[in-house]
Amino acid sequence: MNWTSLDEFLYMGGYGLYVWGSYAATLVVMSVEAVLVRKRLQAAVGALGNSEASG
Amino acid sequence: MNLRPNTFAAPSRFYAMAGTLTPWFWAAALLFGLTGLYVGFAIAPTDFQQGDAYRIIFIHVPAAWMSMLIYLVLAFWAAWGWMLNARMASMYARALAPTGALFTFIALWTGALWGKPTWGTWWVWDARLTSEFILLLMYLGYIALTEAIDDPRRAANAGALLALVGVVNIPIIYFSVRWWNTLHQGATISMTAAPKMVSTMLTAMLLMTFCFWSYSFAVVFTRARAIVLEQESDNEWVKGLER
Repeated sequence: MNWTSLDEFLYMGGYGLYVWGSYAATLVVMSVEAVLVRKRLQAAVGALGNSEASG
Repeated sequence: MNLRPNTFAAPSRFYAMAGTLTPWFWAAALLFGLTGLYVGFAIAPTDFQQGDAYRIIFIHVPAAWMSMLIYLVLAFWAAWGWMLNARMASMYARALAPTGALFTFIALWTGALWGKPTWGTWWVWDARLTSEFILLLMYLGYIALTEAIDDPRRAANAGALLALVGVVNIPIIYFSVRWWNTLHQGATISMTAAPKMVSTMLTAMLLMTFCFWSYSFAVVFTRARAIVLEQESDNEWVKGLER
């Protein structure tokens, strides 16, 4: 183990802002993309019933 | 099913195949990610020069690699769809673009956060950073262009032309640190020599690369399935899904 406490781990040798800023942004971006893409597929599946009615 | 090279050229078969495989790609992404992060933080040592700031590498390099790889794959399928009039290929190219753009953004963002403490600046207009930024603009341009044209085939073909024109940027990004005097460091990993990197750091970086690669398949397959339903809604097999 490289760190002896959670505080040390978050401090990241003084670089906490940069390291966690990177990981947080990445996690947010990937999570949002995953959610949005799933919503898009659900919307597309949901729209299947409507094409019959209008077509 | 008799598997042939063009089996999944049919949107219906791609839709089914992608639906089956996607959960496995999510599982793989999770597994590789957790393992990679464990190796990267618990096992890989602190860097002699950069301290713990270097740990951004476990995101930055995989994201940059994905940003370039996805663009090449996008251009390939876009060209394929254009030249062979293959709908699924064109749909797949459009599915790839947002993911590629996001990885490009992540590479640029994490690069800036890494550069500030180590180089003293968030940004320079050196060859590597500039060309990666141009890659982001290419992705956004491709998305904007294909979204702006209503007819799917025209949109796909116009996009293919744009994507192909932009392919030249990829070798420029890759060789930028060799061709120009850049602030960005030179290649640590090459195809002709041993990596100049501590093996635990390299392992973590490669695990994160597989994580991003699996994640890409999962989201791109899901988006491609949505695009298939959106564009193929008049076809019988899609109507058969309504149940």
